[in-house]
Amino acid sequence: MNKVDYFCERDPFAFPIWQQARVGIAGAGGLGSNAAILLARAGIGHLTIADFDRVSVSNLNRQAFNLDQIGMLKTEALTHNIRKINPYISLSEHPVKLLRDNIPEIFSEVDIMIEAFDKAEQKQMLIETWLLAFPDIPMICASGLAGYGRSEDIRISQSNYLYIVGDQVSELKAGISPIAPRVMIVAAMQANLCLELLVKRYQG
Amino acid sequence: MQITINGNKVDWQEGMTVRDALTLMNYSFPMLVIKLNGVLVPKADYDSTVIPAGAELMVVHLISGG
Repeated sequence: MNKVDYFCERDPFAFPIWQQARVGIAGAGGLGSNAAILLARAGIGHLTIADFDRVSVSNLNRQAFNLDQIGMLKTEALTHNIRKINPYISLSEHPVKLLRDNIPEIFSEVDIMIEAFDKAEQKQMLIETWLLAFPDIPMICASGLAGYGRSEDIRISQSNYLYIVGDQVSELKAGISPIAPRVMIVAAMQANLCLELLVKRYQG
Repeated sequence: MQITINGNKVDWQEGMTVRDALTLMNYSFPMLVIKLNGVLVPKADYDSTVIPAGAELMVVHLISGG
């Protein structure tokens, strides 16, 4: 197999745009791991992925990791899994805790940012940091994905370059993790919007 | 005069702050992202930021899970 064979039957207009694109992913959990794999399959040229955490057994209900990866850094496990799908993607991994101080530097070169954190406090910190540092670079966030069913309640709201995917109401219940299908719907909508925004930006 | 909060028309009052608008709308979620006419209002500034007449306020509830 070579690169030309691998990237056969791609959209002749959109695919070259995606190949040139750099996408940031903050968090490699349920949202981040699934969104990263979708973007890698679609043909995004470069992903910058940051997460300080390690894979645990409780992650396997929704995150794109395997039993034999428990204990590994999520960034390491995810880049390994992505390269098994798409060997031609460029990846940079940052196994660090994202803070107000390091976010602008780690993601300074991305064209679009995907917020894929778990905790609301972290989401708020990242969004505020991003809007102050890079108000003109699109950021796609997630809020409200707990539970099952109600797929049609998941929507996208927008203000300038900030996008929020989710139902914006579903709170986690104590002791119950998010569940794979609804997490993956939101991750897929984040990835799908990312692809769309890259093409729209190119078209002006 | 009115303002728009998440698409809803709400009566505006002189000196109304972002915090007043949240109280008026019963928005009690602890974690929010608020944009006033497209510009971020940091959490620390909810009490001191005055909403001008005709403004558009976007309030996003941030909920854990990911």
